[in-house]
Amino acid sequence: MERNVWAMLVMLLFVLSIGGIVEIVPLYYLDDTMEHNARPEILWQRKDGQTLADWKPGDGVRPYTGLELSGRDVYIREGCYLCHSQMIRPFRDEKERYGHYSLASESIYDHPFQWGSKRTGPDLARVGGKYSDEWHVKHLIAPRSVVPESVMPNYPWFEKNIIDPEQVAASMRGMRTVGVPYTDADIAASADQVKGKTEMDAMVAYLQVLGTMVRLDYGVQYRE
Amino acid sequence: MDSTDASQKYNFEVVRWFSVAAVIYFVVGTLVGVWIASELAWPFLNFDIAELTFGRLRPLHTNAVIFAFGGCALMATSFYSVQRTCGVKLWSNKLAWFTFWGWNLIIVSAVVTLPLGLTQGKEYAELEWPIDIAIAVIWLSYTFNFIMTLANRKSSHIYVSNWFFLGMMVMITYLHVVNSLAIPVSMFKSYSIFSSVQDAMIQWWWGHNAVGFYLTAGFLGIMYYFIPKQADRPIFSYRLSVIHFWALMFGYVWLGAHHLQYTALPDWTGSLGAAISLAMIIPSWGGAVNGMMTLSGAWDKLRTDYVLRFLIMSLAFYVMSTFEGPVMSVKTVNALSHYTDWTIGHVHSGALGWVGMVAAGALYHLVMKLWNREMYSTKLVNMHFWMSTIGIVIYIVAMWISGIMQGLMWRDYDEFGTLTYTFAETVAAMHPYYVMRAVGGFIYFLGTVVMLYNVVMTIRCASTSTSANATPANA
Repeated sequence: MERNVWAMLVMLLFVLSIGGIVEIVPLYYLDDTMEHNARPEILWQRKDGQTLADWKPGDGVRPYTGLELSGRDVYIREGCYLCHSQMIRPFRDEKERYGHYSLASESIYDHPFQWGSKRTGPDLARVGGKYSDEWHVKHLIAPRSVVPESVMPNYPWFEKNIIDPEQVAASMRGMRTVGVPYTDADIAASADQVKGKTEMDAMVAYLQVLGTMVRLDYGVQYRE
Repeated sequence: MDSTDASQKYNFEVVRWFSVAAVIYFVVGTLVGVWIASELAWPFLNFDIAELTFGRLRPLHTNAVIFAFGGCALMATSFYSVQRTCGVKLWSNKLAWFTFWGWNLIIVSAVVTLPLGLTQGKEYAELEWPIDIAIAVIWLSYTFNFIMTLANRKSSHIYVSNWFFLGMMVMITYLHVVNSLAIPVSMFKSYSIFSSVQDAMIQWWWGHNAVGFYLTAGFLGIMYYFIPKQADRPIFSYRLSVIHFWALMFGYVWLGAHHLQYTALPDWTGSLGAAISLAMIIPSWGGAVNGMMTLSGAWDKLRTDYVLRFLIMSLAFYVMSTFEGPVMSVKTVNALSHYTDWTIGHVHSGALGWVGMVAAGALYHLVMKLWNREMYSTKLVNMHFWMSTIGIVIYIVAMWISGIMQGLMWRDYDEFGTLTYTFAETVAAMHPYYVMRAVGGFIYFLGTVVMLYNVVMTIRCASTSTSANATPANA
């Protein structure tokens, strides 16, 4: 093989594909990978004609509204995931600090996933409802005004930037292409919802919905 | 053969440009790193300017060091060594120039788009879809040229350094294409077609193998050519390099799952990743032994040859981080280390210690060969060596302390059974170590500036002396 570059190339193409195939492909086929296969109630079971506005907190994981999705776009743009995780591990201290451990099904509509890899700041998987909207606004504009120890940058421009409804609709259509079940009505409704809203409104909406979509029961074992 | 003949026989001009570009990006990439490290120590340095905030500059830092510095170093060394080991010119000199300008155009577009916040939001794969397509095209042009040069070779065997380069090229093609699959919603925005646990697994399959192939296999290719050359000895064991190569190719691919221990990734995947991670100590150390033992009988050279010092010290860091990595992949250790600075320290002992130092050693060697003269100042090479070593040690010690300390603080309970520390208290405790890390990084950065100065002066001396000797040399 050291004498024939083509033989080596073919061998490499084969050897290098094994690990990835064994670890990735089964994740699409094994039912216990996603918890909602055993417990469909984790996902919001939308009835015909229902819109995102009919959803109530705890009804189950649903696609983000236009405003929340805009907030999520800002979250990605600013690289928040580089310092904040959205993945609570099944440990006692994480449960007390952040809440119930995260499920795979909870990020089913997250393209791309935002689990993160570093906690320079705290985990945000269940930050929704923990602080008031006013706190978030203050914190995003000047983090050290509410948390003196914080090393987070200030984000004063969130209040000045206005959301573009056209872009939100385009984003929702893009998300639908990759598999997020938006209806035409959801996309149509987003224009009114985001009209005149700032990036600050969007960020707060996104942060406040994180972890609130499904109510998890500590008595139930969702994962082995 | 003297090198005047060599530069006529081979395509060296494009290698020269890649080499100089690599040295420049070494300075730029580490500078951005020092800047963002300082932002964590002193947050006012974000200056309320969106383009300068940590979240936008951090991808610029990783892209600059991995793809700009690492990429140019790989392309310089592989295009050089493939010609020398095969005894032929590049298959196409024009295509190599296309690769050079294309790659640098990609780097420029990264420098523009990342601070603007145009990102796919996947670590180490932030660049948006039009740039991703360009990367695929340029990468394939590089790979194709390399393979065709190998096919044209005059030697009967393909030398071992080329195996590693080839393995890297194939795997990076797989990784980049699959991980970057996305649906565009506008010119500069797209959404990954994957989500949740599948996206996580694919992302870390990419993330760990960017390290495993780009920064390990590729740089092992550098090690296998430049250590024997600089030491003027044959490689210690041919058989060991065969085992090292195929074990590394097969095994490294599996490791990504160990980044997702205790997450919503199924247990079997994480455990599989950890088990293979542990097994990987053996081939990794085998390769390191192979490189180090090449010096057997010539250890005295380390006293006088500063370039060789870089190469051998890099292997010492390689040994250390390929031991640390598997340890961190073990579930009980990972429970503590994950999400902390320990990971950052581990990455940098590999990146600054292994990648940075082996590349610096190879680039010094290249500059001397390509411009056919000794370095302008060997004292400055030695100075760079010590600044790098001291800088790295300060950096990783700071991250070990802060990482382990923060991990322990997060899980600490007081006598009443409640959490002892708030999250904010653990952030405050990090401050001295963030300062220490910035200092270590700054020293390392100054070392790269010394290198750039030394390289520039060497080239300037070379060009003045060649123009003086131009007539006799060509006569």
